[in-house]
Formats: sequence, structure tokens, C-alpha cells
Amino acid sequence: MDLTRRGFIKLTGASLATSSLSALGFGGSGAALAEAVRPFKLTHAKETRNTCTYCSVACGILIYTLGDGAKNARSDIIHIEGDPDHPVNRGTLCPKGSALLDIVHAPTRLQVPKYRAPGSSEFKEVSWDWALNRIARLMKDDRDKNFIAKNAQGTTVNRWLTTGMLAASASSSETSYLTWKVARSFGMLVFDNQARV
Amino acid sequence: MASLAPTFGRGAMTNTWQDIKNANLVVVMGGNAAEAHPCGFKWVIEAKIENGAKLVVVDPRFTRTASVADYYAPIRPGTDIAFLSGVIRYLLENEKIQREYVRAYTNASLIVKEGYGFEDGLFSGYDHEKGQYEKSTWDYELDEQGFAKVDDTWEHPRSVMALLRKHVARYTPEMVSRICGTPQDKFLHICELIAETSAPDKAMTSLFALGWTQHSVGSQNIRTMAMVQLLLGNIGVAGGGMNALRGHSNIQGLTDVGLLSNQMPGYMTLPKDSEVTFDDYMKTRQFKPLRPNQTSYWQNYKKFFVSFQKSMFGDAATAENNWAYDWLPKLDVPLYDIIKAFEMMNHGQMNGYICQGFNPQQAFPDRGKIRRGLSKLKFLVTMDPLDTETSRFWENFGPQNPADSAAIQTEVFQLPTTCFAEENGSLVNSARWLQWHWKAADAPGQAMSDIWIMSGIFHRMRELYRTEGGVFPDPILNLTWNYTDPTDPDPEELAKDMNGRARADLTDPSGAVVKKGGQLLDGFAQLSDDGTTESGCWIFSGCWTDKGNQMARRDATDPRDQGIAPQWAWAWPANRRILYNRASADVAGNPWNPAKPIIQWDGAKWIGIDVPDYGPTVKPSESVGPFIMNVEGVGRLFARDQMVEGPFPEHYEPLESPAINVLHPKVQSNPAVRVFADDRADFGTPSEFPYVATTYRLTEHFHYWTKHARINAILQPQEFVEIGEALAQEKGIAQGSWVRVRSKRGFIVCKAYVTKRIKPLTVDGKPTHVIGVPLHWGFTGQARKGYGANTLTPSVGDANTQTPEFKAFLVNVESVNGPEA
Repeated sequence: MDLTRRGFIKLTGASLATSSLSALGFGGSGAALAEAVRPFKLTHAKETRNTCTYCSVACGILIYTLGDGAKNARSDIIHIEGDPDHPVNRGTLCPKGSALLDIVHAPTRLQVPKYRAPGSSEFKEVSWDWALNRIARLMKDDRDKNFIAKNAQGTTVNRWLTTGMLAASASSSETSYLTWKVARSFGMLVFDNQARV
Repeated sequence: MASLAPTFGRGAMTNTWQDIKNANLVVVMGGNAAEAHPCGFKWVIEAKIENGAKLVVVDPRFTRTASVADYYAPIRPGTDIAFLSGVIRYLLENEKIQREYVRAYTNASLIVKEGYGFEDGLFSGYDHEKGQYEKSTWDYELDEQGFAKVDDTWEHPRSVMALLRKHVARYTPEMVSRICGTPQDKFLHICELIAETSAPDKAMTSLFALGWTQHSVGSQNIRTMAMVQLLLGNIGVAGGGMNALRGHSNIQGLTDVGLLSNQMPGYMTLPKDSEVTFDDYMKTRQFKPLRPNQTSYWQNYKKFFVSFQKSMFGDAATAENNWAYDWLPKLDVPLYDIIKAFEMMNHGQMNGYICQGFNPQQAFPDRGKIRRGLSKLKFLVTMDPLDTETSRFWENFGPQNPADSAAIQTEVFQLPTTCFAEENGSLVNSARWLQWHWKAADAPGQAMSDIWIMSGIFHRMRELYRTEGGVFPDPILNLTWNYTDPTDPDPEELAKDMNGRARADLTDPSGAVVKKGGQLLDGFAQLSDDGTTESGCWIFSGCWTDKGNQMARRDATDPRDQGIAPQWAWAWPANRRILYNRASADVAGNPWNPAKPIIQWDGAKWIGIDVPDYGPTVKPSESVGPFIMNVEGVGRLFARDQMVEGPFPEHYEPLESPAINVLHPKVQSNPAVRVFADDRADFGTPSEFPYVATTYRLTEHFHYWTKHARINAILQPQEFVEIGEALAQEKGIAQGSWVRVRSKRGFIVCKAYVTKRIKPLTVDGKPTHVIGVPLHWGFTGQARKGYGANTLTPSVGDANTQTPEFKAFLVNVESVNGPEA
């Protein structure tokens, strides 16, 4: 039987549910074995294909979550490992990728929007609405005041140089495309990402 | 990738990760793949075990990559061009080039204009006052039809080959050793190994990363090896290539989508002030072929541009308003890069800054300057899953961040975002694969996606312009926003935008409808310049077609097990996995290496395991070159005007160097480099700072992220520097003791790791010590508090890209008492 490791886990999961491992060729001993083995925790988890967030090898990963996706159940990531079917990493991960679970659940993951007022020595929690309204106000005032519609020669240049942006090289291409649209529609030129480094 | 595009036409890794296994020789120089890209590096081991390949490593440190190498040679940081120019000289002197390949697929035979020259470190056209070149002599001599003149014998004194021979003649083994500190015998042994791959059926792959880019001559470092590879016939073939191992999961994607100061999606460029009208803009983007029958694919620029503007502005972009040309901002300088941004901040010329998943307080040179710059802003917005140093630059963390909060008037917003595990979308890997990924769980707390946040800012701005009016609202009010939930567009919708769709029925020459209006396009060949098509990123066209999401494909089938896997995800352009694969076959279309063909001519069409560079029925007799983005159709040994500091690479010392440039003492460092006056004042001299420092990653950490992850913080908890035994003894520094490392810009206090892996080099007769500075620490996260390597680094960039010179600068070091616990 030609089985990938993923297939094996799926199949054993399904087989355990029916208390039979005969599909795997374990024969009559399968049922006894199945009863003796504590159900593998990942067989109850939802498996999601993703890509390691670090370097550009882009290792395939499998993320395992508890929670069946029901509306009121919050899913929780319990395990991350290399995708054995991936043609580049073939299931392996490096010391960074192996610890992805710890970055997802880092104690310094940010939970709420915060604001630091001029001269203050602390952050204060604020609502999303308040933060985004304030940011838009600051940006519009700056743009209206400092936008350069024409240069000294009278050429239309339509640029805004007093506010700039750094985009994220770990964000998706879809995020980056939307970010490009927004930043350039404002006329931003002070605009870069980690590719500059 | 401002080095590969001027040479080959596209700025990207040429081959796939798995294809490394087909190499006969792997050269790792300007990188440390075993530690920085471990799961990609396994293909080097595969090449060694299964293909009998040799691994050569050239690096200032004996890295973990070096530890599994067949041959290792040390080199002084910042002297790679001298080393590789010496390699070129060796190959030419010893007739170790693949002549037929070089003649057919490079510009070796093309004749350069009269007036071009190189003397005492400067190419023709240098303007001493501006510190820039006037580059008109860096071009070909043209015939009456406007084609470049050719001498296939290479005897013409101004043929590119003759000029190259002359240019590299100075890089003798003695000179290489004098500059680089590499012993001559080691240099020559590596030349011999490299030369073996000039055989048509042998391939060398070059694996490199930021060890080459992060220099004031970074782009030319890479270009020199690209030239070596062209001379050896190693581009386009299995197991060959210039394999730029990119550092972040989607750094290739963000480059492809153009999130750089002067870029537009798909490597189009924003207009300059001098391009007053759309006609002016298009005039410099004609890309007329410079040799007969060449593709010069950028001739289609207008199709890509108009389709992009239609994607941005829909019906509001019309032929009458030049497709909303004036709605794009124009540049008055080449770049508003990050070094310039912080220079502007320090001079009070910027008020606002948004940092989306980017931590410049740690990641950019001269941390003191970064903090002073951020302190002068009116507002700073950070969007990040993690508690970054940038978002807390205003907070006093002691010597690691001595900020005076009360004096800093910047308003700071710290916005929590989702991470990779909590969203759908695609990432482009180093090998140009667009791989779709799926959300596994919700984000913690109130964290939201970057898409939602950017949409939120945009909608509020647009609403303010609608209600209050304001300066030039047109592009904001007319930006296309056709999303099911306008406050939170689906990644799927954005991916389809980039792929592009027909805006009207598209017909073929017979009049038959090929695509109905609204239908997704099959690829960029369907784009037109009349407004009937739209595409947000032309090179991605084909990624999400009527057949569905090609990026989500997960069929690992690999024909002949050759490392292509053409049905796994999708690669730009057109799902081509090996760029310039036409060059894997000879002029007649037969594979150079019959054991590992990629494509070949079967008498009627191109067949093989990859998508050919051009039409499958274009006959070899038409002599269409493999480098279809280049106007010549061939790879460039002579870069014309594509590089700011010269059409050939030349050795220039780092801005901070322990040595005089022995080739031309009057032109010490890159003559076209941009240095701001206050940064120049912050450069140190070798008398005060006698040691060369270089920064790098450890395998246990990723930049400033993984110190937030418990396991990684445990694996490498403590900031340290690596110091060779000889220097440690000289300075009385014990293993594991505290040291202070100083540059002209600041100091760090950390532990010393005394190592055998860094040995002093003899540079121009003098012993030269190198200190290694791993970069991963800061003042947030779970690891011990640290300063960060960029406290020390100089604020100067590569002359083409402005990528900071992190890999070669000057420091001093002394033993100190540890900080009080």
C-alpha cells in the first residue's frame, strides 16, 4: 500500500474510530492493538496547510487545531509540524520552524490596540474605532498641509513626502497589493519593505 | 535584486531549491545557507551524496556551511568583487569558458561605443562634483538599422570580451590575496574547481544571500558572480543558476508587487519628474530590440501599465486622461529609501510613519539615529503581531534604549495584527513559487488582519475627503474597491485582481470571443493597452484563472525526479520553474547536458519538463535569445547603463575599511555611493577602530521575532560577539567574559565567544582581525535584554539599492566588567 505519512494519520484516525486496523494490513491483531493505543491526539485535530513564516525556503507546514469550527467554539492551535508532502522541505523544519507554535502563542503577542500620548511614559488601551479615526485625522491633516501637487517647474508631481510607510515582507501578496493601492492612492513615495535591507 | 535584472533581465532566483541537487559544484559565498536556510540547504547535501557534487565555501567565518564543505577559504568582508574578478581573469587566461554558450547567449561579441573607458578606478563620464556618472558612453556601437554591432571573433578591441579581459587583468592571484587576505593557493584551488564547470555538461550553482547584498558594492558583488556563471554556461541549466536565497517568507512577493519607493507591481517603475507627460514616460520604456529577432518582452510595457491602471481606477482611467497617469506620484530623486527616510526624519522633514510588520528600531543601521528620527515624528503607527522595539522606542529601557519619554512628543499607535496561522493568502518563495496558505485559527484578543486595518484607514480617509474636501482627492475617491465586504476584502478577491480579468469581450484575430467581459484571464499574453483588460500585477497573471486557484495546487509529481514539481503551487512567470531555460540547450536546440535536459527542440517544437522562455514553436534557426527581457536577448557581461557605478564590477573598499584601496588609492570606495553629511561624520577610522566587524543571523533565531518565542529564547538567550583566539589573547578577553564593542556610532556590552572559527587574515601585509556580531537581541521579548547589532552599523547603503552596509564596518573591542545583575 502506497501511503503518505499524512494519509497514514488520516487512515489510522478513521480506523481507530471503527476499531479496526485491517485496512492497514494489520490483520486480526488490529482490533486489539487499536484498543490498547491511546487515541493519537492529532486524529481529533483539524489539519490546515500553511507555510512557515520565516525564511524564503517557504517550508510547507501542517497546523493542527482543536475545535471543530462551530460558530461558538474558539479554535486553538496545538501543534505545528513540517508537511511531509512538500517537495522542498519534505517534512523537515529548522530550529525556527520547529518552534512556530511558540511564536503563535508568544506571551508578547499583542491583543488590543494601544496608544501612547505625547510625552507619556506608558501605553493606554484604546478602541479600534478611536485609533483608526485618530490615525486618519492625523494623516489627512498632514497630507492636506504638505502634499506637493506641482514641483518648482510647474510639473504635476502629486506626491506626499511627509508621511511614509514600511510594508511587511511576511505579509501575503494579497495584503501587499491592497497596501500598495492605499499608500499610492495617497501619493506616498517614502514607501519600502524589508527587500530594501 | 538590482544586479540580476541588469544582467539577465529578471531580478529573481533562477532555479528551484530542489534543483540544487543537480549541481556538480555548489559555491556558497555571500551567505550561510546551512544556518540561514537549513531546509533548503538539504539539497546541497543531496547534491553531494547523490550527484558527487563538491561544496566550496568562501566566508570570513568558518560557518556551519563551511563545516560540511569540501573546500573552505577565508576572505576579508567587503572584498568579494576582487576575489571573483580574479576568478574571471583565471577563466579567461586559462580558456576555461564555455565558448559556444558565451558567443550565443551573452553580449561578449557586441561592440562598445568609442569613448567608453576605465582609468584609475573611474569609468568614463564621472562628475566629481555630483559624485555620479554621466553614462552615455556605457553603451553599444549601433549599425544603420539601430542594432548593436558584433564581432564574433572577439578580436575587436572594443568587443565586450576584449574590454572584459583588459578590465580584469589587474586581478592577479597576488592582487586577490593582497586585497582579500585569502591565501593564493586556496584562491587558485577554488578557481580550478570552478573552471571544471565550464564543460557543457557540468554545472555550478551559486547560493548567496545578504552576505553579498549588504555592502556599498552589494549589487556588483552579485553581478560579478553572475558574469562568472555566464562565462561558464551555467545559467538556464539544471543544477546551475544564480540562486538568491531570500531572507523573508514573502520578500520576493513584496518586491514583485512593487512595495518599494520607486516600484509598481510587476517591476514597472513610477514616473520621474522629468517624465512630464505619459508620452515622455513611455518614450523611455520602448525597449526596442538591439539585435535582430529578439523578444525584448518589455515592449509590452504599455499593456501591463494600462491594465494596471484599469485595475487601480477602473472606468476613471481612460485614454483621454492618459490612463490616469497624473494620479501616480512622481519621483524627484531616484529613491525615498529607508536610510533617506530616517535622514529626513532627523531633519524634521517627516511627520508620520507607518511600520507594518517591520521593526526599524532594531533592523536599521545606527540605532541611535533611528531613535532620534522617530522621536521627531508627530505620529508613528505600528502594525505587528508582536511587541516590537519600534513601537516602544520612546520608553526608557536603560542603556539598551536610553529614551527620555517626557521629551518625546510622538503619538504612537500600537496595532495588534494576525500572524501567518490566522489568515489565507499567498507567499512567493525564493524560487518564485506562489504558494497559497489557509487560516488555522482566529487571532488572539482583538488582533485584526493588515487588510482590515489598511481598509479601515483608507475608508476613514476617503470619508474625510468626501465630507471635508481637501488636497487632490481624485485618486482616493476613484480607487477601485469592488469587494464583497468593503471593510475587509477577501484575500481571494485580491488575488483575482492581481491575476486580472477581461473588461470587455476579448476576441482572437478571427473574431471569435476568447474571453467574455468579466472573465478571469489565462495569463499576461492576453493583456492589451486599450483598456479592455485589467491586471493588478501582470507577472502574476495565470495564478488564479477560470480553472481556479493555481497557487493552491498541491501535486508534487516531479517528471524524471529532476526537481521541478511543475504542478505544486504556481510560479511566475507563466509557471516557469527555471528561468532562461532556453539556454539549457545549444544553438540548435540540443541539451548541453543530455542527462538533465530541461527543454529541447524536437524538430517542430520545444518539449521538456518546464515552460519554455518563449513560444513553443519558435525555431532555433530564428536565433531568439533566452534572455527575453533584455533588449539584446542575451545575458550581459557588460551592463550598459544599468548600474550606477559602472558597466563592469570594480573593487572598492567598504566605507569603513582597515585598508587602502591598493588598485587606486585615490578612489578608495564606491564613487557613486550616496552618503549624507552627518552619516559621513559618523564614520570611524582604522586608527581608532582597528577591527573589521560583520553582522549575521544564527540558525536558532529569525531577526528580532524569535526572541519572543520561548524555545528560541532558551536556545540562544544572550547577546554575544564572536572573537578569534588570537585577538582575544591580544586583548585579554576570556571565553564567556563581558566585552564592550564600540563603533563611531555607539557601543554594545555583551558576552564574548572566543572561537577558532575566525582567524586573522593578512591583508596587504598586515594582520587583520574580524569580529562577528550576531544580530538578534533587543529590549522586548523573552530572551535576555540586549542592544542589537545595529547599534554599531553605519548608515550608508549600496549605491544602486541603498541596502545598508551591515557586512563590513569598523569597531574596537575591550574587556569590561559585566553589568550589575
